[in-house]
Amino acid sequence: MLRLMDLAIAGGMIVVACAMLLALWRLVRGPTAPDRILALDTLYVSTIAQLVLLGMLDETETYFEIALIIAMLGFFGTVVLSKYVIRRDIVE
Amino acid sequence: MRTLVDAITVLLLLVGCFFVFLGSFSLVKLSSFFQRIHGPTKSSTLGVGCILLASILHRAIHGSGLHPRELLITVFLFLTAPVAAHLMSRAALSLMEGRPEDPSDHAEPEGHIRDDADERAEQAAREREAERNEQLS
Repeated sequence: MLRLMDLAIAGGMIVVACAMLLALWRLVRGPTAPDRILALDTLYVSTIAQLVLLGMLDETETYFEIALIIAMLGFFGTVVLSKYVIRRDIVE
Repeated sequence: MRTLVDAITVLLLLVGCFFVFLGSFSLVKLSSFFQRIHGPTKSSTLGVGCILLASILHRAIHGSGLHPRELLITVFLFLTAPVAAHLMSRAALSLMEGRPEDPSDHAEPEGHIRDDADERAEQAAREREAERNEQLS
């Protein structure tokens, strides 16, 4: 049963990796700045998913803390980039 | 019991991975920014929530017992995703020339059909009546 579970987790990691590649394509290609911000946002959300899956596969707790830090810094980055596009200035 | 929890975990994993992939796919597939913003901000967030729930269940059975710390990330993501989406669409709006046109001004051939036609007809009749009374007096 555990082997089957590992197989399911590995399959999920492959699917999430495909999702990250699609987001990366939009990040490289994106015609406007908000498109790139959106692609970065998607990328960090899928990175959290990938790290949680890796933690499930390895049975370690370390990846959880990394995922939490990425969630906080990713949100902060999205807010700061959007603010910069809106106002052309970060600190008001 | 273990088998049941494992089955639920695999089901949550399937749903979660599907929605994460759907979010990124819509990011590539849809044509304009305001369509694209709906995919990642809603469906990817739901997918990550499902994967984190699966992780909690998996750890409860195979790992060190039930520690719902992953819920912290889920709650954080569900709180911040709408804020991030709002800011990103504000950024896109500020880059546009002028405001986008108001879709309620003209009839859409494929728009949703309003079901309050009778009420609106009554309202129009009342307004005409009031106008006529005003002209007579």
